[in-house]
Amino acid sequence: MRRMNVAKCLAGIAALLAAPLLVSGQQAESHIGKVNGHADTGKQLYFRYCWGCHGFRGNGSGENWMPTGSYPDSPYLNIQPRDFVTATFKCRSTPTGTLPTDQDLYNSLVRGLINSNMPSWVTLTDQNRADLVAYIKSFSERWKTDKAGAEINVPAEPALTVQSIQHGKELFTKLECWKCHGPEGRGDGPSASTLTDSNDQPIRPYNFAAGSRFKCGTTNHDLYKIFMTGLDGTPMPSFADVIKPDEAWDLVHYLRTLQISHKSPELALWEGTKEGAEIVKAQRVRGTPTGSGVNQ
Amino acid sequence: MRGRCKDVLLAVVVVISASMMISARPSGGTVSGKITYEGTPAKQKPIDMSKEPTCAKQYTTPPTTETVVTGPNNALENVVVYISAGAPDEAAPSKAAVFTQKGCRYLPHVLAFQVNQELNVLNDDQTSHNIHPLAKINREWNKSQPPGSPPIVDKYDKAEMIAVKCNIHPWMHGTFAVLKNSHYAISGQDGAFTLPNLPPGKYTITAFHESYGDQSQDVTISGSEAKTVSFTFKAKPY
Repeated sequence: MRRMNVAKCLAGIAALLAAPLLVSGQQAESHIGKVNGHADTGKQLYFRYCWGCHGFRGNGSGENWMPTGSYPDSPYLNIQPRDFVTATFKCRSTPTGTLPTDQDLYNSLVRGLINSNMPSWVTLTDQNRADLVAYIKSFSERWKTDKAGAEINVPAEPALTVQSIQHGKELFTKLECWKCHGPEGRGDGPSASTLTDSNDQPIRPYNFAAGSRFKCGTTNHDLYKIFMTGLDGTPMPSFADVIKPDEAWDLVHYLRTLQISHKSPELALWEGTKEGAEIVKAQRVRGTPTGSGVNQ
Repeated sequence: MRGRCKDVLLAVVVVISASMMISARPSGGTVSGKITYEGTPAKQKPIDMSKEPTCAKQYTTPPTTETVVTGPNNALENVVVYISAGAPDEAAPSKAAVFTQKGCRYLPHVLAFQVNQELNVLNDDQTSHNIHPLAKINREWNKSQPPGSPPIVDKYDKAEMIAVKCNIHPWMHGTFAVLKNSHYAISGQDGAFTLPNLPPGKYTITAFHESYGDQSQDVTISGSEAKTVSFTFKAKPY
């Protein structure tokens, strides 16, 4: 009888000791579709490809980065690499203030981030990237206490119409997107020069006239998510509480027409109208297609 | 026998809950004092709101920045005084803490509330603001609030001093003081504060200022005595 009790007691202690192992086992994985990533493999990849910028503690202070104003005067990266310890991420499919999904992190690795030094890691295998996502998540305690946010619902895109673009234009004015992005979307609004990110580093609003890709993707679907989720850690807020889903698509259609150097169905339709043709013509005269020589 | 045991238990529960009600009644000691500065505080600059005419026209003379607000006799305003150790964590009150954006400024400049207490952010202006509390321990979020929008409702589940800013209007800075219990005060124009209804015990009182950081002092309260604790911050001219 006594031996039984001792055995039970030992089993209990073993279970207690094993519990944290089980928990950490869960965090050390990522799930992207059918691919399961593992942090131990990801760690080896991280210390081959990532740590020079993101640092060996994962806090974005690798030796390739120096804060603005430090000596020597910023010869390296001008945008601080992501800090995985605070776990605040720009590109998410989840509401502002929540953790991104594994897929979101994976997508950033595939895509890279334009206008920054983060390249596309398309040369790695799917398994490599999944492993890296698993390891990146091990830097922050947040993944142990919080779950990823629920993905926002993106309704099917309605048909593109001139009315949709016009309504989007009204929203652009009403929601004061121009305060930062400028009246023509060139990133030169009245507040643009004062913007700083959450680390007090200067940051520029997106210049629509300069290109076709966005920080967090290339498609209309990506564009919808950018302003509905906000880019956490930057001045770009979430508009999820103030824009209705159908209105959001109108804004997407209008924003596409600001990308005057990028061929899109939205720009073609807009230029086909008298109002749109005049606006686009005026925008084209001011800048060069690359956006260079434009005061920002 | 079993029935008797139940009766005894019931009686004990009644006695305990009765004694708790008595102790919950507002009584006990008081800590009060004054927050001052020594040295020269940074001169507050007038805010240029010309890019935001709907806000600018609300002022006859331009308001100044509020990183250091002082009163007569070296009084320091907007200092959060709270009990950082010695008091038990308390459940949040049901009343919401309200933070208003009016005239492109934050009212109040420093808002203190409890962990898990409801926070309402209002926009009384005719312009869009974005509310961006730069939380480090809690989750950082950033939401747009155009004129006429409903209040933004949120709460924080961990204690933290959170700097709040509006990226559109770079002069707008404020603080959310998320605290673990209801024993807190914010120093007024005369730098005075009072923490009433403290049960007997040993406490650590902390004073936090957005530009000058925090200071702490230990104090022991017995019975319903009133104690005076004062804090002096070193002001920096830049």
